[in-house]
Amino acid sequence: MNIFVHGAATTVFGELWDTSPRTLAKRVTRAALDDAGMESSGVEALFVGNMLSGILGNQEHLGAFFADELGLSVAAFKVEGACASGGLAMHNAVAALASGMYTTVVVLGVEKMTDHKPEDVAAALMGAGTDEERVAGATFPGLYAMIAREHMRLHGTTRAQLSAVAVKNHYHASLNPNAQFRKPITAKDVDRSPCIADPLKLLDCSPISDGAAAVVLSTDKPKKGKESVAIVASAVATDTLALSDREDLVGLRATQQAARRAFTQANISPDDVHVAEVHDCFSIAEIVALEDLGLYAKGEAAAAVERGDVTLGKAQHLVVNPSGGLKGCGHPVGATGVKQIVELAEQLRGTAGERQVSGAQIGLAHNVGGSGATAVIHILKRVTSSK
Amino acid sequence: MVGITSYGTYIPRYRIRTEDIAAVWGKDGESVVSSLRIKQKSVPALDEDAVTIAVEASLSCFAANNSKPQDVDVLFIGSESHPYAVNPTSTIVGELLGVGNSYLAADFQFACKAATAALVSAAGLVESSRSTCALIVGSDAAQSKTHDALEYTSAAAGVAVQVGSRDVAAELVLSTSYSSDTPDFWRRDGIRYPSHAGRFTGEPAYFTHVTNAATMLLDQSNMKPKDFSHCVFHMPNGKFPVAVAKRLGFTRDQLVHSLIVEDIGNPYSASSLMGLAAVLDVAKPGDTIFMVSYGSGAGSDGFIWNVTDHIVGVQKDRKQRSMSVQDQVQQATYIQYVDYLKQTKKI
Repeated sequence: MNIFVHGAATTVFGELWDTSPRTLAKRVTRAALDDAGMESSGVEALFVGNMLSGILGNQEHLGAFFADELGLSVAAFKVEGACASGGLAMHNAVAALASGMYTTVVVLGVEKMTDHKPEDVAAALMGAGTDEERVAGATFPGLYAMIAREHMRLHGTTRAQLSAVAVKNHYHASLNPNAQFRKPITAKDVDRSPCIADPLKLLDCSPISDGAAAVVLSTDKPKKGKESVAIVASAVATDTLALSDREDLVGLRATQQAARRAFTQANISPDDVHVAEVHDCFSIAEIVALEDLGLYAKGEAAAAVERGDVTLGKAQHLVVNPSGGLKGCGHPVGATGVKQIVELAEQLRGTAGERQVSGAQIGLAHNVGGSGATAVIHILKRVTSSK
Repeated sequence: MVGITSYGTYIPRYRIRTEDIAAVWGKDGESVVSSLRIKQKSVPALDEDAVTIAVEASLSCFAANNSKPQDVDVLFIGSESHPYAVNPTSTIVGELLGVGNSYLAADFQFACKAATAALVSAAGLVESSRSTCALIVGSDAAQSKTHDALEYTSAAAGVAVQVGSRDVAAELVLSTSYSSDTPDFWRRDGIRYPSHAGRFTGEPAYFTHVTNAATMLLDQSNMKPKDFSHCVFHMPNGKFPVAVAKRLGFTRDQLVHSLIVEDIGNPYSASSLMGLAAVLDVAKPGDTIFMVSYGSGAGSDGFIWNVTDHIVGVQKDRKQRSMSVQDQVQQATYIQYVDYLKQTKKI
């Protein structure tokens, strides 16, 4: 594929009440360009991942909006795919580079959520569902609670195993200076947190967040001898928008299909992955993702998380969500898919500090929209340029 | 010497328990109590509002130092529930008290700190000899929508404070103010219930303003938290005042006498003044009191008070009439949610 991550940066995620989307975008893009050692004049196109700017912020036309802010006069696009907007923007950028039309582009993921009332944000997020789901009063916690219930029934997944996902991701987030929640929690904390949609508790759910992430992608090879990161797969698959239209509730078909395509493109198997950033919008979503991606067999991921098999410091082979995931790092929806790439770039370069996964060579990012109607997977590989 | 010459308090006797509100909405009462640190809140009777509550508090204030309404030459009322948008509460209260006509009347509006803003203004008038007896009242029958987070906290009560320069019971040593355009809580004209910006009401609003006004007080007075006998902070819930006191370096013992929020909720303009009154009820001559109010929108007023020998007479009268803050906190009649709806005119 010969597409490289030349620069990567993320803002801190959280309640950034004194920072506008313009400022977030400007800061993070400047940081990514600095990381790439280049000026904005070298950027040929801008891909913006965002979901809610229209419905919450009354601002569309985001491609030109942010290009203007960044002082660019280039092709600029807003890419929307619910919570997979960032991953989809990445995929579009990769496709544009692979076509040969551009050499160097910026992917910016940005979302501003906490300036709005939680009920307004929850209603806006349901824009990713169907009319029937909205009329029935369904929310995403409710839909994922149904997935959790069914997973418990079919595979014996326990409440304690769900808690283990949140505990692990908060622990990882405690090591991430850009995470929204840098506080480790216990299984008891999860148990004691208010019930949101049975069996999901408050601490099973990712938060509403503000934040931005940006990467500079290029088909130019990195400088000779320099450690770099290549994108070796970019795959997208879709499924029915409504959960009720699916035959299988305990697996997301879009993830399964995108994973097959991605592993074929990269010519690797799931066993080759050392570090994965997966879409844990709810604790059950991480368990389902690990199984759908083929990293664990169906019904085996929950016990693996509970044993600590994918926790930093304990894992023998694979660490999952070292950034803290959506749960611990935060989930500014349009930024999440790009932040996953930033995290993998840092891990594969070996610059992730306290949360470094030792010897990581191959990383996988998994970004989901809605209750699984869109799944985007990227596989990244550490490379040393011989140019 | 300018300061408080007398004070009076009024807490409507009706209470609704937090767990009874929580049960209506399918919430776990114990978690709500533990989260807000409010066990119950005061509720006005069907015929009570900011005017009647202000009158009750004022009458109690006059009784405590044997003063007369006719002595009053300034009457300021702070409230976020003035019955009229246009038509002053202060003149209705002045008429009901029999103040006469030769007085300056004005209503203050600044969310929960309307009355402390009035207090700062009145102290200036007394200090410059433009007033000899100013009556400042913080009075609220606070509104909140059903099923809103505010429903657990919005309460009713009033505090009247007389400010003068003779027979001062608590000398005003210093005041500071910190204000900014921070829209954390608001109610547009013609709208019945206030809106608020959820968690935004915490750090950028309450904590930023209270901490800044408090720091200015400490810097300008060259005093440390340990130099004070008591501290008082605005109480939108039971957690915030405890947290801000701890951040600033005050101990639980310094704060404890002012914490009336657990038993009566947040009576808005009367909240920090009620905390001050509760402290004055138990203070000894020579005690120093550190106090910071907070009003959404937003601002904080900080005060340092020195308690004098004259406090003893005021305390004695309040105790004899069973009108101390703690007496009124204990005089409680519990009501159910449907009565609460009726008394707050929601049905």
